[in-house]
Amino acid sequence: MTEETEGSGWFARMRVGLSQTSFRLSEGIAGIFSNRKLDEDALQELEDLLITSDLGVKTAAKLSASISETRFGKDVSPNEILAALADEVAAILGPVAKPLAVDPKHRPHIILVMGVNGSGKTTTIGKLAKRFKEDGNSVMLAAGDTFRAAAIEQLKIWGERTGCSVVASEQGADAASLAFDAIERARSDNVDVLLIDTAGRLQNREDLMQQLRKVMRVISKQDETAPHDTLLVLDATTGQNAHSQVETFQKMCDVTGLVVTKLDGSARGGVLVSLAERYVLPVHGIGVGEGEDDLRPFEAIAFARSLVGLSK
Amino acid sequence: MFDGLTDRFGEIFDKLKKRGALSEADVSAAMREIRVALLEADVALPVVKDFIDGVKIRAVGEEVLRSVTPGQQVVKIVNDYLVEMLGPETEEFEIRAAPPAAVMMVGLQGSGKTTTSAKLAKRIQEKQAKKVLMASLDVRRPAAQQQLAVLGEQAKVDTLPIIPLQTPRMIADRAMDAAKREGYDVVVLDTAGRLHVDDDLMVEVSEIRDSARPAEVLLVADAMTGQDAVNVAQSFNEKLELTGIVLTRVDGDARGGAALSMKSVTGTPIRLLGTGEKLEALEAFHPDRIASRILGMGDVVSLVEKANELVEQDEAERLMKKIGSGHFDLDDFASQLRQLRKMGGLTGVMGMLPGVKKAQAQMAAANVDDKMVIRQEAIIGSMTVGERKKPDLIKASRKRRIAAGSGTTVQDVNRLLKQYQEMTRMMKKMKKMGNKGLMRSGMPGMISPGIPPGHGMR
Repeated sequence: MTEETEGSGWFARMRVGLSQTSFRLSEGIAGIFSNRKLDEDALQELEDLLITSDLGVKTAAKLSASISETRFGKDVSPNEILAALADEVAAILGPVAKPLAVDPKHRPHIILVMGVNGSGKTTTIGKLAKRFKEDGNSVMLAAGDTFRAAAIEQLKIWGERTGCSVVASEQGADAASLAFDAIERARSDNVDVLLIDTAGRLQNREDLMQQLRKVMRVISKQDETAPHDTLLVLDATTGQNAHSQVETFQKMCDVTGLVVTKLDGSARGGVLVSLAERYVLPVHGIGVGEGEDDLRPFEAIAFARSLVGLSK
Repeated sequence: MFDGLTDRFGEIFDKLKKRGALSEADVSAAMREIRVALLEADVALPVVKDFIDGVKIRAVGEEVLRSVTPGQQVVKIVNDYLVEMLGPETEEFEIRAAPPAAVMMVGLQGSGKTTTSAKLAKRIQEKQAKKVLMASLDVRRPAAQQQLAVLGEQAKVDTLPIIPLQTPRMIADRAMDAAKREGYDVVVLDTAGRLHVDDDLMVEVSEIRDSARPAEVLLVADAMTGQDAVNVAQSFNEKLELTGIVLTRVDGDARGGAALSMKSVTGTPIRLLGTGEKLEALEAFHPDRIASRILGMGDVVSLVEKANELVEQDEAERLMKKIGSGHFDLDDFASQLRQLRKMGGLTGVMGMLPGVKKAQAQMAAANVDDKMVIRQEAIIGSMTVGERKKPDLIKASRKRRIAAGSGTTVQDVNRLLKQYQEMTRMMKKMKKMGNKGLMRSGMPGMISPGIPPGHGMR
């Protein structure tokens, strides 16, 4: 992690975004617990505060119950509660924090990127391309969003910015055959990583999900081990519908990992905690801005501490 | 993944088993479930709290309609209140300001501003016969301006020619000048996505607002937004004085609690809903539809109203007594079938209920449909009075006669008798459990096997 050496590491960066809300969260907790015993009311308030960061009713209840188990009726300081909460959250998130690694055995290592409309797929691809290039890989992009107006141009600009070649056809073309062509091109150019974009789709659109499955089938026909990574891009602003997104995309398209975007806003992405509990899908990175360097590895402890409003 | 609210209430009130006015305890139990349902629908917590306080005051002491369960009654109160909170049905989106009137689209990244801009421009141009110009002020996201240009071509709406390296403010000024010069009535300004916590960009957008003086400032927000919706809406409203909210991706399966959150904290009406990827997919806002969706129920309210009108109360009471006494005969069965048909048949009733997908699948598997209800009435109609009172009398030759009389087959007659037996067995069982509440509706389950009586109306 190069971030650790930077003056304003990714933690600081994320904290800028989270500051407003986590400030509120820790303020709230301080308000609940200063000079008082941990009683039923205090626990309810704690649970409420977790709910406001999108943890969901069940996970919030579970976390506050486990805080209560060891501390109920005792005098507690806000900091102690925050630290305990952060530990609980980090324990849930720890197992899913896994960076995305390029496997040199695969040539190319094929990564398919999917998600609902506006979640940040194309931007995430641009950022991933930058990162893989920096790690010394040759990278090719495939403009598989053949539906949305100017999506192809958007990816081409990312190709220029990051110095990656882009395989594209025109708007309205078949996304599956584009993927097929892209793999052939990637092979003949001998690139290390091929990132394939797809059109945004709502998970309840059966027809569009079937189209995505077709893209997957075409990729697997070219290389039966591919796609080597199937990334679902989630918007941190999303509430409980993230569960439905993960469930459906995973069922239909064998999602292998998540990228969570827009964590530089005031949304805390708390839904990640309940997602981690339920699906145990790796979280490969978080998006903290629109720039090409704004994709960071996901670190459980730092994320958990930020979520509850503790400084590092 | 969400259970319908009515199913939850079914459980709560089955335990309570009482009638008359709603007590405070009834309401409190229900409110806990409402709280969870609203939170799972992503309504922001502070808004949930206010909502529950409001609904509680209304619900305590309310008479329970004779034909519905207390659970359904509470759902109706909650629903009505929610519809009220969501604000009025919106009128057609009309621009009445003097031309050129600007409509400014603002929101977070990826909320759907550009697509919505094109949909709205097309709608104004077609429905109000106005000359509309679109301009993208998004100089940040790669190819965003081009995206609007392409959408403009598709929608047959003019777009401002793209001049590279201009600032958003310059583009906005150029758009307004062009509109004045070229006689456009309306200018749709599609701004870049921005975080409400990004002070620089919020200042930028307020400056554009000050210079373009838009007639409308619309916040475009994703229906999937979580608890953060209140912060987003509040910040944008404070800085830009929104005139309306457009909720996008309503065609997804999110419960859309963000709608209530945003309406509550800003007091700004929800004006339009984005309901699909096509350029026509923009609809007026109907608070009742969003309310049902947030509560995770089908059209329970109209079912309650319908039940109230149509179910003959005395008949229902008579049935209750019969069931209580353990003498439920085929005449009673036929009476139930009649009631069911009055309420729009099986399909009508099932269509209004939430969470009945499973039941519907079972029905389809068991070949249960509305025709079957009519056939069953015919079969019972072909029986003698004695047979209806004592179905045990019906043996092979009587079955053949009944089948011939009703234009059905012996198998159909057998099926009906089996169903009847199944029902009496269930009723005895329920009598033991003392669960009177189940039959209150006068429409216990005729949909066996596989579906317990009363399932539909709980």
